[in-house]
Amino acid sequence: MEKSLSWREFIITRLIQSSGYSAILFVALIFFFLLREGLPTLSEVDASSLLNIRWYPIEDYFGILPLITGSLIVTLGATLIAVPFGIGTAVYISEIAPRWVREILKPLVELLGGLPSVVLGFLGILVLSPFLRVFLDLPTGLTAFTGSILLGGIAVPTVVSVAEDALDSVPRAYREGAWALGATRWQTIWRVTLPAAKSGVLTAVMLGVGRAIGETMTVMMVTGNAPVLAVKLGNLFSPVRTMTATIAAEMGEVANGSTHYHVLFFIGMVLFIISFIVNIIASSVVFRAKKRAERILS
Amino acid sequence: MMTKFLSRNRHTVQRIGFIGITMMAVVTVLPIVGTIIFILLKGGSAISWEFLSGFPHDGMRAGGILPAIIGTLYLTIGTAFFSVPLGIAAAIYLAEYAKDNQLTRLIRLAIINLAGIPSVVYGLFGLGLFVLFLQFGTSILAASLTLSIMTLPVIISTSEEALRAVPQAFRTVSISLGATRWQTISRIILKEALPGILTGVILGLERAAGETAPILFTGAAFFLPRLPHSPFDATMALPYHLFVISTQVPEMPIQIQYGTALVLLVFVLTMNVIATVIRSRARARRQW
Repeated sequence: MEKSLSWREFIITRLIQSSGYSAILFVALIFFFLLREGLPTLSEVDASSLLNIRWYPIEDYFGILPLITGSLIVTLGATLIAVPFGIGTAVYISEIAPRWVREILKPLVELLGGLPSVVLGFLGILVLSPFLRVFLDLPTGLTAFTGSILLGGIAVPTVVSVAEDALDSVPRAYREGAWALGATRWQTIWRVTLPAAKSGVLTAVMLGVGRAIGETMTVMMVTGNAPVLAVKLGNLFSPVRTMTATIAAEMGEVANGSTHYHVLFFIGMVLFIISFIVNIIASSVVFRAKKRAERILS
Repeated sequence: MMTKFLSRNRHTVQRIGFIGITMMAVVTVLPIVGTIIFILLKGGSAISWEFLSGFPHDGMRAGGILPAIIGTLYLTIGTAFFSVPLGIAAAIYLAEYAKDNQLTRLIRLAIINLAGIPSVVYGLFGLGLFVLFLQFGTSILAASLTLSIMTLPVIISTSEEALRAVPQAFRTVSISLGATRWQTISRIILKEALPGILTGVILGLERAAGETAPILFTGAAFFLPRLPHSPFDATMALPYHLFVISTQVPEMPIQIQYGTALVLLVFVLTMNVIATVIRSRARARRQW
Protein backbone atom coordinates (compact mmCIF):
# COMPACT_ATOMS: atom_id res chain seq x y z
CA MET A 1 0.00 0.00 0.00
CA GLU A 2 2.66 2.45 1.09
CA LYS A 3 4.81 1.51 -1.79
CA SER A 4 2.13 1.77 -4.47
CA LEU A 5 1.17 5.17 -3.07
CA SER A 6 4.69 6.51 -3.41
CA TRP A 7 4.96 5.03 -6.89
CA ARG A 8 1.79 6.79 -7.95
CA GLU A 9 3.05 9.98 -6.41
CA PHE A 10 6.32 9.59 -8.30
CA ILE A 11 4.66 9.01 -11.66
CA ILE A 12 2.18 11.84 -11.25
CA THR A 13 4.93 14.23 -10.22
CA ARG A 14 6.91 13.31 -13.33
CA LEU A 15 3.83 13.76 -15.54
CA ILE A 16 3.14 17.19 -14.08
CA GLN A 17 6.75 18.16 -14.44
CA SER A 18 6.88 17.21 -18.10
CA SER A 19 3.63 19.07 -18.74
CA GLY A 20 5.32 22.11 -17.28
CA TYR A 21 8.28 21.70 -19.60
CA SER A 22 6.00 21.15 -22.61
CA ALA A 23 5.65 24.89 -23.25
CA ILE A 24 9.36 25.06 -24.07
CA LEU A 25 9.03 22.00 -26.28
CA PHE A 26 6.16 23.58 -28.24
CA VAL A 27 7.98 26.84 -28.89
CA ALA A 28 11.01 24.87 -30.03
CA LEU A 29 8.85 22.62 -32.24
CA ILE A 30 7.11 25.59 -33.84
CA PHE A 31 10.41 27.29 -34.57
CA PHE A 32 11.91 24.05 -35.87
CA PHE A 33 9.07 23.40 -38.32
CA LEU A 34 9.10 26.99 -39.55
CA LEU A 35 12.85 26.71 -40.15
CA ARG A 36 12.54 23.30 -41.76
CA GLU A 37 9.95 24.45 -44.29
CA GLY A 38 11.05 28.07 -44.55
CA LEU A 39 14.83 27.96 -44.82
CA PRO A 40 14.95 26.26 -48.26
CA THR A 41 13.73 29.64 -49.51
CA LEU A 42 17.21 31.03 -49.11
CA SER A 43 18.67 28.53 -51.58
CA GLU A 44 15.76 28.72 -54.02
CA VAL A 45 15.25 32.48 -54.17
CA ASP A 46 18.24 34.81 -54.05
CA ALA A 47 18.28 37.53 -51.46
CA SER A 48 18.02 40.39 -53.95
CA SER A 49 14.73 39.14 -55.38
CA LEU A 50 13.41 38.31 -51.90
CA LEU A 51 13.98 41.94 -50.93
CA ASN A 52 12.39 43.15 -54.14
CA ILE A 53 9.26 45.26 -54.24
CA ARG A 54 7.28 42.86 -56.39
CA TRP A 55 5.15 40.04 -54.97
CA TYR A 56 3.78 38.05 -57.88
CA PRO A 57 4.33 34.36 -57.08
CA ILE A 58 2.82 33.03 -60.32
CA GLU A 59 5.73 34.52 -62.23
CA ASP A 60 8.23 33.73 -59.48
CA TYR A 61 8.46 37.24 -58.07
CA PHE A 62 8.83 36.73 -54.34
CA GLY A 63 9.58 40.25 -53.09
CA ILE A 64 8.37 40.34 -49.48
CA LEU A 65 8.98 44.06 -48.91
CA PRO A 66 5.43 45.10 -49.91
CA LEU A 67 4.04 42.56 -47.45
CA ILE A 68 6.27 43.76 -44.63
CA THR A 69 5.41 47.42 -45.25
CA GLY A 70 1.74 46.44 -45.57
CA SER A 71 1.84 44.79 -42.13
CA LEU A 72 3.71 47.75 -40.68
CA ILE A 73 1.35 50.43 -41.98
CA VAL A 74 -1.79 48.60 -40.82
CA THR A 75 -0.20 47.90 -37.44
CA LEU A 76 0.93 51.50 -37.08
CA GLY A 77 -2.59 52.73 -37.76
CA ALA A 78 -4.04 50.21 -35.33
CA THR A 79 -1.53 51.22 -32.64
CA LEU A 80 -2.37 54.90 -33.06
CA ILE A 81 -6.00 54.00 -32.42
CA ALA A 82 -5.63 51.30 -29.77
CA VAL A 83 -3.08 53.03 -27.53
CA PRO A 84 -4.93 56.27 -26.72
CA PHE A 85 -8.33 54.58 -26.51
CA GLY A 86 -6.97 51.58 -24.63
CA ILE A 87 -5.08 53.62 -22.07
CA GLY A 88 -7.93 56.13 -21.83
CA THR A 89 -10.41 53.35 -21.11
CA ALA A 90 -8.02 51.75 -18.61
CA VAL A 91 -7.65 55.09 -16.79
CA TYR A 92 -11.41 55.52 -16.80
CA ILE A 93 -12.06 52.04 -15.43
CA SER A 94 -9.38 52.14 -12.78
CA GLU A 95 -9.41 55.79 -11.68
CA ILE A 96 -12.66 57.51 -12.58
CA ALA A 97 -15.56 55.11 -13.01
CA PRO A 98 -17.85 54.37 -10.08
CA ARG A 99 -17.76 50.79 -8.94
CA TRP A 100 -20.94 49.63 -10.67
CA VAL A 101 -19.81 51.06 -14.02
CA ARG A 102 -16.51 49.23 -13.64
CA GLU A 103 -18.32 45.95 -12.99
CA ILE A 104 -20.13 46.39 -16.33
CA LEU A 105 -17.24 47.76 -18.40
CA LYS A 106 -14.65 45.14 -17.55
CA PRO A 107 -16.61 42.13 -18.82
CA LEU A 108 -17.71 44.16 -21.87
CA VAL A 109 -14.13 44.91 -22.88
CA GLU A 110 -13.29 41.25 -22.26
CA LEU A 111 -16.18 40.37 -24.55
CA LEU A 112 -14.60 42.42 -27.34
CA GLY A 113 -11.45 40.35 -26.88
CA GLY A 114 -13.52 37.23 -27.42
CA LEU A 115 -15.33 38.36 -30.57
CA PRO A 116 -14.10 36.16 -33.43
CA SER A 117 -11.94 38.17 -35.80
CA VAL A 118 -13.90 36.78 -38.73
CA VAL A 119 -17.07 38.43 -37.39
CA LEU A 120 -15.30 41.79 -37.23
CA GLY A 121 -14.01 41.26 -40.76
CA PHE A 122 -17.52 40.40 -41.90
CA LEU A 123 -18.90 43.63 -40.47
CA GLY A 124 -15.90 45.44 -41.92
CA ILE A 125 -16.89 44.32 -45.39
CA LEU A 126 -20.60 45.00 -45.02
CA VAL A 127 -20.69 48.09 -42.84
CA LEU A 128 -17.39 49.85 -42.20
CA SER A 129 -15.81 49.79 -45.65
CA PRO A 130 -18.87 51.07 -47.57
CA PHE A 131 -19.19 53.80 -44.95
CA LEU A 132 -15.53 54.82 -45.26
CA ARG A 133 -15.68 54.75 -49.05
CA VAL A 134 -18.51 57.29 -49.07
CA PHE A 135 -17.35 59.28 -46.05
CA LEU A 136 -13.74 59.71 -47.20
CA ASP A 137 -14.63 59.68 -50.90
CA LEU A 138 -12.29 56.80 -51.79
CA PRO A 139 -12.36 54.56 -54.86
CA THR A 140 -12.61 51.54 -52.56
CA GLY A 141 -13.42 51.07 -48.90
CA LEU A 142 -11.07 48.10 -48.59
CA THR A 143 -7.96 49.97 -47.40
CA ALA A 144 -5.19 49.79 -44.84
CA PHE A 145 -7.13 52.35 -42.82
CA THR A 146 -10.21 50.11 -42.63
CA GLY A 147 -7.94 47.34 -41.38
CA SER A 148 -6.34 49.71 -38.87
CA ILE A 149 -9.67 50.66 -37.33
CA LEU A 150 -10.77 47.04 -36.88
CA LEU A 151 -7.33 45.92 -35.70
CA GLY A 152 -7.38 48.81 -33.26
CA GLY A 153 -10.59 47.34 -31.90
CA ILE A 154 -8.98 43.92 -31.64
CA ALA A 155 -5.91 45.28 -29.84
CA VAL A 156 -7.88 47.48 -27.42
CA PRO A 157 -8.93 44.72 -24.97
CA THR A 158 -5.31 43.61 -24.59
CA VAL A 159 -4.15 47.16 -23.94
CA VAL A 160 -7.03 47.87 -21.55
CA SER A 161 -6.66 44.76 -19.42
CA VAL A 162 -2.87 44.92 -19.05
CA ALA A 163 -2.81 48.71 -18.50
CA GLU A 164 -5.68 48.49 -16.04
CA ASP A 165 -3.82 45.81 -14.07
CA ALA A 166 -0.78 48.08 -13.98
CA LEU A 167 -2.78 51.09 -12.76
CA ASP A 168 -4.57 48.92 -10.22
CA SER A 169 -1.31 47.72 -8.71
CA VAL A 170 -0.12 51.26 -7.95
CA PRO A 171 -0.38 51.50 -4.15
CA ARG A 172 -3.25 53.62 -2.92
CA ALA A 173 -0.84 55.56 -0.70
CA TYR A 174 0.69 57.15 -3.82
CA ARG A 175 -2.64 58.68 -4.75
CA GLU A 176 -3.49 59.67 -1.19
CA GLY A 177 -0.13 61.37 -0.88
CA ALA A 178 -0.77 63.43 -3.99
CA TRP A 179 -4.29 64.36 -2.87
CA ALA A 180 -3.00 65.38 0.55
CA LEU A 181 -0.57 67.74 -1.18
CA GLY A 182 -3.53 69.39 -2.87
CA ALA A 183 -3.34 67.82 -6.29
CA THR A 184 -6.61 67.24 -8.08
CA ARG A 185 -7.54 63.70 -9.09
CA TRP A 186 -6.73 64.64 -12.67
CA GLN A 187 -3.23 65.86 -11.74
CA THR A 188 -2.72 62.75 -9.66
CA ILE A 189 -3.59 60.52 -12.58
CA TRP A 190 -1.14 62.17 -14.95
CA ARG A 191 1.74 63.01 -12.63
CA VAL A 192 1.63 60.18 -10.10
CA THR A 193 -0.43 57.14 -11.02
CA LEU A 194 0.40 56.81 -14.72
CA PRO A 195 4.15 57.44 -14.24
CA ALA A 196 4.19 54.87 -11.43
CA ALA A 197 2.48 52.34 -13.71
CA LYS A 198 4.68 53.26 -16.66
CA SER A 199 6.32 49.87 -17.19
CA GLY A 200 3.03 48.01 -17.07
CA VAL A 201 1.48 50.46 -19.52
CA LEU A 202 4.46 49.97 -21.85
CA THR A 203 3.94 46.23 -21.66
CA ALA A 204 0.30 46.81 -22.53
CA VAL A 205 1.29 48.80 -25.61
CA MET A 206 3.80 46.18 -26.75
CA LEU A 207 1.31 43.34 -26.33
CA GLY A 208 -1.28 45.38 -28.21
CA VAL A 209 1.18 45.88 -31.08
CA GLY A 210 1.92 42.17 -31.08
CA ARG A 211 -1.78 41.36 -31.20
CA ALA A 212 -2.29 43.73 -34.15
CA ILE A 213 0.64 42.55 -36.24
CA GLY A 214 -0.37 38.90 -35.92
CA GLU A 215 -4.06 39.31 -36.71
CA THR A 216 -5.02 37.51 -39.88
CA MET A 217 -8.64 37.08 -40.85
CA THR A 218 -9.83 40.64 -40.33
CA VAL A 219 -7.01 42.19 -42.35
CA MET A 220 -7.38 39.62 -45.08
CA MET A 221 -11.06 40.47 -45.41
CA VAL A 222 -10.89 44.27 -45.32
CA THR A 223 -7.53 45.56 -46.55
CA GLY A 224 -8.04 44.80 -50.23
CA ASN A 225 -4.99 42.53 -50.51
CA ALA A 226 -2.99 44.48 -53.09
CA PRO A 227 0.73 43.85 -52.62
CA VAL A 228 2.01 47.40 -53.11
CA LEU A 229 4.97 48.97 -51.35
CA ALA A 230 3.38 51.08 -48.62
CA VAL A 231 5.81 53.84 -47.69
CA LYS A 232 3.71 56.99 -48.06
CA LEU A 233 0.99 58.20 -45.77
CA GLY A 234 -1.36 58.01 -48.76
CA ASN A 235 -0.99 54.23 -48.73
CA LEU A 236 -3.03 54.23 -45.56
CA PHE A 237 -6.06 54.98 -47.70
CA SER A 238 -5.40 52.47 -50.45
CA PRO A 239 -5.42 48.68 -50.48
CA VAL A 240 -2.41 46.90 -48.99
CA ARG A 241 -1.58 43.33 -48.17
CA THR A 242 -0.10 42.06 -44.93
CA MET A 243 2.23 39.14 -44.26
CA THR A 244 -0.43 37.26 -42.31
CA ALA A 245 -3.08 37.71 -45.02
CA THR A 246 -0.66 36.51 -47.70
CA ILE A 247 -0.01 33.26 -45.86
CA ALA A 248 -3.69 32.68 -45.14
CA ALA A 249 -4.82 33.49 -48.69
CA GLU A 250 -2.16 31.59 -50.61
CA MET A 251 -1.17 28.57 -48.53
CA GLY A 252 -4.30 26.69 -49.55
CA GLU A 253 -3.39 26.88 -53.22
CA VAL A 254 0.31 26.04 -53.34
CA ALA A 255 1.87 22.66 -53.93
CA ASN A 256 3.64 21.25 -50.86
CA GLY A 257 7.39 21.63 -51.23
CA SER A 258 7.25 24.23 -54.02
CA THR A 259 9.23 27.45 -53.84
CA HIS A 260 6.06 29.43 -53.17
CA TYR A 261 5.28 27.06 -50.26
CA HIS A 262 8.74 27.59 -48.80
CA VAL A 263 8.49 31.37 -49.16
CA LEU A 264 5.17 31.39 -47.29
CA PHE A 265 6.82 29.47 -44.43
CA PHE A 266 9.69 31.93 -44.61
CA ILE A 267 7.19 34.77 -44.06
CA GLY A 268 5.81 32.79 -41.13
CA MET A 269 9.35 32.61 -39.76
CA VAL A 270 9.67 36.39 -40.04
CA LEU A 271 6.36 36.79 -38.20
CA PHE A 272 7.48 34.37 -35.49
CA ILE A 273 10.70 36.31 -34.98
CA ILE A 274 8.86 39.65 -34.85
CA SER A 275 6.40 38.35 -32.26
CA PHE A 276 9.29 36.80 -30.31
CA ILE A 277 11.09 40.17 -30.16
CA VAL A 278 7.92 42.09 -29.26
CA ASN A 279 7.18 39.66 -26.43
CA ILE A 280 10.73 39.66 -25.11
CA ILE A 281 10.62 43.45 -24.96
CA ALA A 282 7.19 43.41 -23.32
CA SER A 283 8.22 40.91 -20.67
CA SER A 284 11.64 42.43 -20.02
CA VAL A 285 9.94 45.75 -19.28
CA VAL A 286 8.00 43.93 -16.59
CA PHE A 287 11.09 42.18 -15.24
CA ARG A 288 13.01 45.44 -15.04
CA ALA A 289 10.19 47.07 -13.16
CA LYS A 290 10.09 44.16 -10.71
CA LYS A 291 13.80 44.44 -10.06
CA ARG A 292 13.45 48.12 -9.40
CA ALA A 293 10.65 47.45 -6.95
CA GLU A 294 12.83 44.88 -5.20
CA ARG A 295 15.64 47.41 -4.99
CA ILE A 296 13.37 49.94 -3.40
CA LEU A 297 12.04 47.42 -0.91
CA SER A 298 15.41 46.11 0.20
CA MET B 1 -6.76 86.21 -6.27
CA MET B 2 -4.19 84.50 -8.40
CA THR B 3 -4.31 81.25 -6.45
CA LYS B 4 -8.06 81.29 -6.49
CA PHE B 5 -7.99 81.67 -10.25
CA LEU B 6 -5.46 78.87 -10.58
CA SER B 7 -7.39 76.49 -8.41
CA ARG B 8 -10.59 77.13 -10.31
CA ASN B 9 -8.64 76.64 -13.49
CA ARG B 10 -7.29 73.27 -12.54
CA HIS B 11 -10.69 72.08 -11.48
CA THR B 12 -11.97 73.11 -14.88
CA VAL B 13 -9.11 71.17 -16.44
CA GLN B 14 -10.09 68.18 -14.36
CA ARG B 15 -13.72 68.44 -15.38
CA ILE B 16 -12.83 68.68 -19.07
CA GLY B 17 -10.28 65.89 -18.71
CA PHE B 18 -12.75 63.56 -17.01
CA ILE B 19 -15.32 64.23 -19.70
CA GLY B 20 -12.69 63.50 -22.36
CA ILE B 21 -11.60 60.21 -20.77
CA THR B 22 -15.20 59.17 -20.22
CA MET B 23 -15.93 59.87 -23.88
CA MET B 24 -12.97 57.70 -24.86
CA ALA B 25 -14.30 54.83 -22.77
CA VAL B 26 -17.74 55.30 -24.31
CA VAL B 27 -16.29 55.33 -27.84
CA THR B 28 -14.40 52.13 -27.00
CA VAL B 29 -17.35 50.28 -25.51
CA LEU B 30 -20.25 51.45 -27.68
CA PRO B 31 -19.07 49.67 -30.85
CA ILE B 32 -18.90 46.40 -28.89
CA VAL B 33 -22.49 46.70 -27.78
CA GLY B 34 -23.47 48.06 -31.20
CA THR B 35 -21.85 45.14 -33.02
CA ILE B 36 -23.65 42.57 -30.92
CA ILE B 37 -27.05 44.25 -31.17
CA PHE B 38 -26.60 44.86 -34.91
CA ILE B 39 -25.87 41.20 -35.61
CA LEU B 40 -28.68 40.03 -33.33
CA LEU B 41 -31.15 42.24 -35.21
CA LYS B 42 -29.89 41.51 -38.71
CA GLY B 43 -29.37 37.79 -38.22
CA GLY B 44 -32.43 37.07 -36.14
CA SER B 45 -34.77 36.71 -39.10
CA ALA B 46 -32.52 34.08 -40.71
CA ILE B 47 -32.76 31.75 -37.77
CA SER B 48 -35.16 28.89 -38.18
CA TRP B 49 -35.17 25.23 -37.33
CA GLU B 50 -34.31 24.43 -40.91
CA PHE B 51 -31.34 26.83 -40.86
CA LEU B 52 -29.92 25.27 -37.69
CA SER B 53 -30.57 21.64 -38.57
CA GLY B 54 -30.29 21.50 -42.35
CA PHE B 55 -27.45 20.98 -44.77
CA PRO B 56 -26.39 23.73 -47.14
CA HIS B 57 -27.44 23.31 -50.78
CA ASP B 58 -27.48 25.25 -54.05
CA GLY B 59 -23.78 26.04 -53.68
CA MET B 60 -24.38 27.00 -50.01
CA ARG B 61 -26.78 29.74 -51.11
CA ALA B 62 -29.70 27.99 -49.45
CA GLY B 63 -30.41 25.52 -46.69
CA GLY B 64 -28.87 25.31 -43.23
CA ILE B 65 -25.50 25.34 -41.54
CA LEU B 66 -25.68 22.19 -39.42
CA PRO B 67 -22.32 20.76 -40.58
CA ALA B 68 -20.58 23.99 -39.59
CA ILE B 69 -22.21 24.03 -36.15
CA ILE B 70 -21.38 20.38 -35.49
CA GLY B 71 -17.86 20.92 -36.85
CA THR B 72 -17.16 23.80 -34.47
CA LEU B 73 -18.55 21.70 -31.64
CA TYR B 74 -16.20 18.81 -32.55
CA LEU B 75 -13.21 21.14 -32.83
CA THR B 76 -13.96 22.75 -29.48
CA ILE B 77 -14.31 19.36 -27.77
CA GLY B 78 -11.17 18.08 -29.50
CA THR B 79 -9.25 21.14 -28.37
CA ALA B 80 -10.48 20.70 -24.81
CA PHE B 81 -9.47 17.02 -24.87
CA PHE B 82 -5.80 17.90 -25.40
CA SER B 83 -5.38 21.36 -23.92
CA VAL B 84 -7.32 21.05 -20.65
CA PRO B 85 -5.36 18.21 -18.99
CA LEU B 86 -2.03 19.45 -20.32
CA GLY B 87 -2.74 23.09 -19.44
CA ILE B 88 -3.92 22.35 -15.92
CA ALA B 89 -1.00 20.00 -15.28
CA ALA B 90 1.44 22.67 -16.48
CA ALA B 91 -0.28 25.22 -14.22
CA ILE B 92 0.02 22.83 -11.25
CA TYR B 93 3.71 22.45 -12.00
CA LEU B 94 4.27 26.21 -12.12
CA ALA B 95 2.16 27.00 -9.06
CA GLU B 96 3.02 24.07 -6.79
CA TYR B 97 6.29 22.45 -7.85
CA ALA B 98 8.49 24.83 -9.83
CA LYS B 99 11.38 26.47 -8.06
CA ASP B 100 12.33 30.02 -8.89
CA ASN B 101 15.23 29.22 -11.17
CA GLN B 102 16.48 29.72 -14.70
CA LEU B 103 14.44 26.80 -16.07
CA THR B 104 11.18 28.12 -14.64
CA ARG B 105 11.92 31.53 -16.11
CA LEU B 106 12.49 29.83 -19.46
CA ILE B 107 9.11 28.08 -19.18
CA ARG B 108 7.41 31.39 -18.43
CA LEU B 109 9.13 33.03 -21.36
CA ALA B 110 7.97 30.16 -23.58
CA ILE B 111 4.38 30.59 -22.40
CA ILE B 112 4.49 34.35 -23.05
CA ASN B 113 5.80 33.63 -26.52
CA LEU B 114 3.18 30.98 -27.25
CA ALA B 115 0.56 33.57 -26.33
CA GLY B 116 2.01 36.05 -28.79
CA ILE B 117 2.54 33.86 -31.85
CA PRO B 118 0.19 34.94 -34.68
CA SER B 119 -2.67 32.52 -35.20
CA VAL B 120 -1.77 31.97 -38.85
CA VAL B 121 1.72 30.86 -37.81
CA TYR B 122 0.03 28.20 -35.66
CA GLY B 123 -1.71 27.19 -38.85
CA LEU B 124 1.63 26.81 -40.64
CA PHE B 125 3.03 24.84 -37.74
CA GLY B 126 0.01 22.54 -37.66
CA LEU B 127 0.34 21.99 -41.39
CA GLY B 128 4.03 21.19 -41.08
CA LEU B 129 3.85 18.92 -38.02
CA PHE B 130 0.39 17.34 -37.79
CA VAL B 131 -0.90 17.34 -41.36
CA LEU B 132 2.29 16.54 -43.28
CA PHE B 133 4.96 15.16 -40.95
CA LEU B 134 2.70 13.01 -38.76
CA GLN B 135 0.39 12.41 -41.74
CA PHE B 136 -2.88 13.09 -39.94
CA GLY B 137 -4.02 14.83 -43.11
CA THR B 138 -6.42 17.76 -43.15
CA SER B 139 -8.49 16.55 -40.24
CA ILE B 140 -10.33 17.35 -37.05
CA LEU B 141 -7.44 15.74 -35.17
CA ALA B 142 -4.78 17.98 -36.75
CA ALA B 143 -6.91 21.12 -36.32
CA SER B 144 -7.75 20.28 -32.69
CA LEU B 145 -4.11 19.67 -31.84
CA THR B 146 -3.13 22.97 -33.47
CA LEU B 147 -5.86 24.85 -31.59
CA SER B 148 -4.89 23.15 -28.30
CA ILE B 149 -1.35 24.44 -28.44
CA MET B 150 -2.70 27.88 -29.24
CA THR B 151 -5.07 27.87 -26.24
CA LEU B 152 -2.50 26.40 -23.85
CA PRO B 153 -1.04 29.74 -22.66
CA VAL B 154 -4.50 31.09 -21.73
CA ILE B 155 -5.37 27.96 -19.76
CA ILE B 156 -1.97 27.76 -18.06
CA SER B 157 -1.80 31.37 -16.95
CA THR B 158 -5.39 31.63 -15.67
CA SER B 159 -5.21 28.25 -13.92
CA GLU B 160 -1.90 29.13 -12.30
CA GLU B 161 -3.37 32.35 -11.01
CA ALA B 162 -6.35 30.44 -9.58
CA LEU B 163 -4.06 27.89 -7.88
CA ARG B 164 -1.85 30.60 -6.42
CA ALA B 165 -4.87 32.37 -4.99
CA VAL B 166 -5.54 29.41 -2.66
CA PRO B 167 -4.06 30.40 0.72
CA GLN B 168 -0.86 28.70 1.84
CA ALA B 169 -2.56 27.57 5.05
CA PHE B 170 -4.62 24.99 3.12
CA ARG B 171 -1.40 23.29 1.99
CA THR B 172 0.28 23.47 5.38
CA VAL B 173 -2.69 21.95 7.18
CA SER B 174 -3.17 19.18 4.62
CA ILE B 175 0.50 18.18 4.66
CA SER B 176 0.62 18.27 8.45
CA LEU B 177 -2.33 15.87 8.56
CA GLY B 178 -0.15 13.37 6.69
CA ALA B 179 -1.37 13.88 3.14
CA THR B 180 1.17 13.63 0.37
CA ARG B 181 1.81 16.55 -1.91
CA TRP B 182 -0.31 15.12 -4.71
CA GLN B 183 -3.15 14.26 -2.33
CA THR B 184 -3.08 17.84 -1.11
CA ILE B 185 -3.21 19.19 -4.63
CA SER B 186 -5.81 16.83 -6.01
CA ARG B 187 -8.21 16.84 -3.06
CA ILE B 188 -7.80 20.31 -1.57
CA ILE B 189 -6.11 22.84 -3.82
CA LEU B 190 -7.72 21.85 -7.13
CA LYS B 191 -11.15 21.82 -5.52
CA GLU B 192 -10.70 25.32 -4.16
CA ALA B 193 -9.26 26.67 -7.42
CA LEU B 194 -11.83 24.97 -9.63
CA PRO B 195 -14.01 28.01 -10.47
CA GLY B 196 -10.96 30.05 -11.48
CA ILE B 197 -9.61 27.18 -13.58
CA LEU B 198 -12.99 26.65 -15.25
CA THR B 199 -13.18 30.33 -16.15
CA GLY B 200 -9.77 30.17 -17.77
CA VAL B 201 -10.57 26.95 -19.62
CA ILE B 202 -13.81 28.35 -21.04
CA LEU B 203 -12.16 31.63 -22.10
CA GLY B 204 -9.39 29.66 -23.82
CA LEU B 205 -11.86 27.40 -25.62
CA GLU B 206 -13.94 30.41 -26.59
CA ARG B 207 -10.94 31.76 -28.46
CA ALA B 208 -10.36 28.41 -30.13
CA ALA B 209 -13.98 28.15 -31.21
CA GLY B 210 -13.85 31.53 -32.92
CA GLU B 211 -10.50 31.13 -34.65
CA THR B 212 -10.17 30.64 -38.37
CA ALA B 213 -6.53 31.06 -39.32
CA PRO B 214 -5.15 28.01 -37.43
CA ILE B 215 -7.68 25.64 -39.04
CA LEU B 216 -7.43 27.05 -42.58
CA PHE B 217 -4.87 24.49 -43.70
CA THR B 218 -5.16 21.94 -40.91
CA GLY B 219 -8.78 20.82 -40.85
CA ALA B 220 -11.33 23.18 -42.37
CA ALA B 221 -13.36 22.08 -45.37
CA PHE B 222 -14.94 24.50 -47.84
CA PHE B 223 -18.05 22.37 -48.16
CA LEU B 224 -19.02 18.89 -46.97
CA PRO B 225 -22.30 17.27 -47.89
CA ARG B 226 -22.22 15.11 -44.75
CA LEU B 227 -21.07 15.19 -41.16
CA PRO B 228 -17.52 14.04 -40.38
CA HIS B 229 -17.33 10.38 -39.35
CA SER B 230 -13.97 10.19 -37.59
CA PRO B 231 -11.24 12.45 -36.20
CA PHE B 232 -9.37 11.92 -39.45
CA ASP B 233 -12.07 13.64 -41.51
CA ALA B 234 -11.93 17.31 -42.42
CA THR B 235 -14.84 19.38 -41.17
CA MET B 236 -16.75 22.55 -41.84
CA ALA B 237 -16.58 25.12 -39.05
CA LEU B 238 -18.61 28.22 -38.25
CA PRO B 239 -15.83 30.86 -38.44
CA TYR B 240 -14.38 29.44 -41.65
CA HIS B 241 -17.87 29.07 -43.12
CA LEU B 242 -18.60 32.74 -42.38
CA PHE B 243 -15.33 33.68 -44.07
CA VAL B 244 -16.17 31.55 -47.10
CA ILE B 245 -19.70 32.79 -47.60
CA SER B 246 -18.78 36.44 -47.06
CA THR B 247 -15.78 36.52 -49.39
CA GLN B 248 -15.61 33.47 -51.65
CA VAL B 249 -19.15 32.78 -52.83
CA PRO B 250 -20.63 35.31 -55.26
CA GLU B 251 -24.29 36.27 -54.94
CA MET B 252 -24.54 34.87 -51.46
CA PRO B 253 -27.86 35.85 -49.83
CA ILE B 254 -27.10 38.41 -47.13
CA GLN B 255 -29.58 36.75 -44.77
CA ILE B 256 -27.57 33.56 -44.57
CA GLN B 257 -24.39 35.54 -43.93
CA TYR B 258 -25.92 37.45 -41.03
CA GLY B 259 -27.55 34.29 -39.73
CA THR B 260 -24.22 32.45 -39.70
CA ALA B 261 -22.52 35.39 -37.97
CA LEU B 262 -25.29 35.36 -35.38
CA VAL B 263 -24.93 31.64 -34.63
CA LEU B 264 -21.15 32.01 -34.27
CA LEU B 265 -21.57 35.03 -32.03
CA VAL B 266 -24.13 33.29 -29.82
CA PHE B 267 -21.84 30.23 -29.55
CA VAL B 268 -18.92 32.38 -28.42
CA LEU B 269 -20.89 34.80 -26.24
CA THR B 270 -22.59 31.97 -24.38
CA MET B 271 -19.18 30.60 -23.40
CA ASN B 272 -18.07 34.08 -22.38
CA VAL B 273 -21.14 34.68 -20.23
CA ILE B 274 -20.81 31.27 -18.55
CA ALA B 275 -17.17 32.05 -17.71
CA THR B 276 -18.07 35.47 -16.31
CA VAL B 277 -20.89 34.05 -14.20
CA ILE B 278 -18.73 31.26 -12.77
CA ARG B 279 -16.07 33.77 -11.84
CA SER B 280 -18.33 36.30 -10.18
CA ARG B 281 -20.30 33.65 -8.28
CA ALA B 282 -17.10 32.07 -7.01
CA ARG B 283 -15.83 35.46 -5.91
CA ALA B 284 -19.02 36.16 -4.03
CA ARG B 285 -18.99 32.78 -2.30
CA ARG B 286 -15.29 32.66 -1.46
CA GLN B 287 -14.64 32.38 2.26
CA TRP B 288 -10.89 32.95 2.26
